[in-house]
Amino acid sequence: MPEHDVLVIGAGLAGQRAALAAAEKGVSVGIISKVHPVRSHSNAAQGGINAALDVDDSWESHAFDTIKGSDYLGDQDAIEVMCREAPDELLHLEHIGVTFHRNEKGELGTRAFGGASKARTYYVADITGQAIMHVLYEQLMKYADQIDRYEEWFTTDLAIDDEGRCVGAVTRNIKDGSTEMFKAKSVVLASGGNGQIWQPTTNALICTGDGIAMAYRAGATLMDMEMIQYHPTTLAGKGFLITEGARGEGAHLLNAKGERFMEKYAPNKMELASRDVVSRAEQTEINEGRGFPDGTVALDVTVVPRKRIHEALREIVLVGRDFAGVDITREPIHIKPGNHYTMGGVKTDIWGRTDVPGLYAAGEVACVSVHGGNRLGANSLLDTLIFGRRCGEDGAQHAKGHGFGQVSRTVLSDSESRVDEIIARQHEGGRRVSEIKAELGKTMDEKVAVFRDEEGIQSALDTVRRLKEEAKSVAIDDRGTIFNQDVLGAIELQNMLENAEACCMSALERKESRGAQYRTDYPERNDEEWLKHIDVSLNGGGPEISYSPVTITDWQPQERTY
Amino acid sequence: MSAYTLKVRRYQPESEEDDKRGAYWEKFDVELDPTLSVLDGLLQAKNDADGTLAVRCSCRAAICGSCGVKINGQSTLACKTQLGEAAEEAARKARTGDGDAEITVEPMGNMPVIKDLVTDMESTHWKKFRRVTPWLLPAGPPPEREYIVPAESMVDVTQSVACIQCGACVSSCLSMEADPEFVGPAALAKAYRFVGDPRDGQTTERLFDLANDPHGMYDCTHCFSCIDACPKDVAPMNQIMRLRRLAGDDHGIRDVNNGHSHEMAFVKNIRKKGTLDESLLFQESYAPGVKGKLLPRVSAIRGLLDSIPTAIRGIRTGKMRSIPKLIPGVHHKLPGDAQDHVKHIYERAEESKIQLNLYIIGEGGEEDASAEATEPESVEEESATA
Repeated sequence: MPEHDVLVIGAGLAGQRAALAAAEKGVSVGIISKVHPVRSHSNAAQGGINAALDVDDSWESHAFDTIKGSDYLGDQDAIEVMCREAPDELLHLEHIGVTFHRNEKGELGTRAFGGASKARTYYVADITGQAIMHVLYEQLMKYADQIDRYEEWFTTDLAIDDEGRCVGAVTRNIKDGSTEMFKAKSVVLASGGNGQIWQPTTNALICTGDGIAMAYRAGATLMDMEMIQYHPTTLAGKGFLITEGARGEGAHLLNAKGERFMEKYAPNKMELASRDVVSRAEQTEINEGRGFPDGTVALDVTVVPRKRIHEALREIVLVGRDFAGVDITREPIHIKPGNHYTMGGVKTDIWGRTDVPGLYAAGEVACVSVHGGNRLGANSLLDTLIFGRRCGEDGAQHAKGHGFGQVSRTVLSDSESRVDEIIARQHEGGRRVSEIKAELGKTMDEKVAVFRDEEGIQSALDTVRRLKEEAKSVAIDDRGTIFNQDVLGAIELQNMLENAEACCMSALERKESRGAQYRTDYPERNDEEWLKHIDVSLNGGGPEISYSPVTITDWQPQERTY
Repeated sequence: MSAYTLKVRRYQPESEEDDKRGAYWEKFDVELDPTLSVLDGLLQAKNDADGTLAVRCSCRAAICGSCGVKINGQSTLACKTQLGEAAEEAARKARTGDGDAEITVEPMGNMPVIKDLVTDMESTHWKKFRRVTPWLLPAGPPPEREYIVPAESMVDVTQSVACIQCGACVSSCLSMEADPEFVGPAALAKAYRFVGDPRDGQTTERLFDLANDPHGMYDCTHCFSCIDACPKDVAPMNQIMRLRRLAGDDHGIRDVNNGHSHEMAFVKNIRKKGTLDESLLFQESYAPGVKGKLLPRVSAIRGLLDSIPTAIRGIRTGKMRSIPKLIPGVHHKLPGDAQDHVKHIYERAEESKIQLNLYIIGEGGEEDASAEATEPESVEEESATA
């Protein structure tokens, strides 16, 4: 039975940052990930990371942009923490080796990004997430004496003791199928988002909301689950991401008539309005017949000097070439809004503490809430690092004041038998995992996307509940122990369906339009009734909705235009 | 939609059928758009036909580096290879009698296989990765603000930073096939990422270490396989050549492997003769220059004696064409003024030792380079040393 003071589940940016921060506090750390850490989805963050580091910039300005971007649903105390601590975090990353872009003086240089009143996005070409994550992984090597890595271990359940405290996790070693009870004084969830519920999505196949579902089952509250970001520039069909950095470098959005349509929707910020605004504008153009026949509009990068494209946007040159057959340095590329990010997740305070004692959450799995109704580009990397670090620090502190909890033997055996039952299940006319997943993805993309209404969301919820039933009898082919990905797929499907249900319920509940939630049946923002978070928790078995207040400090809600 | 057959190299260590507990081939028929990837094909087979088929994958967009495999014998990412292209390549190989008509998919090479297309990267790739001390080692405490470094230096190392650790280069590495202990293309490219970073304080130590390791930077035979395999244009071999140049030229490191002098022997040989004169290569490698030959070190004599079997093997296999060719002075000269052209190429290459990578010159190669860069011909100085 492995024991660690702090156990981190998930090894993307938030998880690795948490592990390193806890190790610096002198405690023993274990970090578990269902994929090798460098395969984590933080890789996909292209554009950069925001910080008000420049002497002419201020954390207040960054905070205001973030709050406005959130459509006033973000908690202002948490946003203040994130924006105040951003410059030091950025410098820390620079000091440990991230190869951030420099200006001609050799200082850190910035690019413009959406929804920001100043260019405060620091970057490494358009592979910023990858560049930062690989540096954190280097640091994990450096601190190997203190941090044990469990690479390719799949966590099936959190372990909760009789007092309701999180005391560890049950994890399956993918390589040999053995199951271990990991004991811990503090557990940090950093297992990412749930984008695989939608098809297509920019998210990787691993983004199945496992951590959200595990915490939810363990009694934690989920918050803002209806707030799902559709990124304005994704490849049609495949859903691959084209960085906002392209527009930050000056690229235009054009409809099929060649018009720069953002003039109509955001005359000041144009293409660099916040993502919900740009995605709605594009979808409106497409819905009203001004898109291309394949249901897209165009992103024109050719207006950016080619030397600059090669230096700063190389990854999307490759994406265009390899996945769309388009040379973006020479012709516009067809794009559309596509599922990208979940603002919601496991509800935490500003130290990443969830409602379950001993359990922390950071990154996309969590909802602090710094993104509220809509996340600004280049704020997600920042969120993962700031709150990952805070979880690691507070988790280490918490571990110093607590012993290992008592884990009931049944936790391990229950979890094991749940997995064994799936493996042993016989094919008796049930559906395959992939069929259910495909139906879920299509349903959510049609009905819980850029534009929503009651009828659509309700029908999506009905579908999700039917699929939940069907998922109980899915049978798999692989009966083995070594690299049995088949059984993991079935567990992920259950997790996804729990996420989807919470998302649909929250979207149905919020009878207004705010941030990423645009209800055609309630097209206005309604601060009087809905300036509050929607929470979902499992209470006595069934999901239950409740509300919590939005923390407002210095910035009163205003009308939001770009 | 088109129909494709994927011929997959499988291994099911727990199978109840005896013949599946060793490697075997299995064909899967899939129907997909030709622009979709081989990974999409594998996933269709896995989802619809056989859930036991094991393949690592995650991002589907050549970012995460999970799905390294060999397709039609070439190490690459399954998600980055389109079905249509792979099928054409397979058909071409079949026509020339060089392969099967189906798209073949195999696990990566130079690594043990765990199951089907899943390999054990930990005991190979990652072990080598850790070998190069893969983290920044600054000389002193960090500055209050950021390190001030030239913008170009960050762009320069970005080509190595772009590595996603997929292992395709390791899989394709011919030197590693011969010497499994070779540190290898991925780890050496990683090493360049620190060596080329002005913030690192251990540049000389890193270079000294990897130059003197018998399985280090001089173990690369310059075969270009890793450059062909790399899905992110990291060009690991070019990074290895930059390590060598920094070690030998800029830091004056004379390694115990005679790697630098062997390389210089090639350079000198071609400059003088235009084509490789094997009779001079060994002596020049072990006992460089006039001084080296007049006062040969013991190690040089030992090295030369040790090379005799290699020379004999070279003659036997036809690599060295005949014994008279081993006599100094017999080597033929290039016709006309060709030798002057060779010398001119050397001069141009030496004039401008600037390094241009793809983050600077872009994809289009010459066309882009001539439009954007001033010295397009000088990109690959090391090609003269090949």
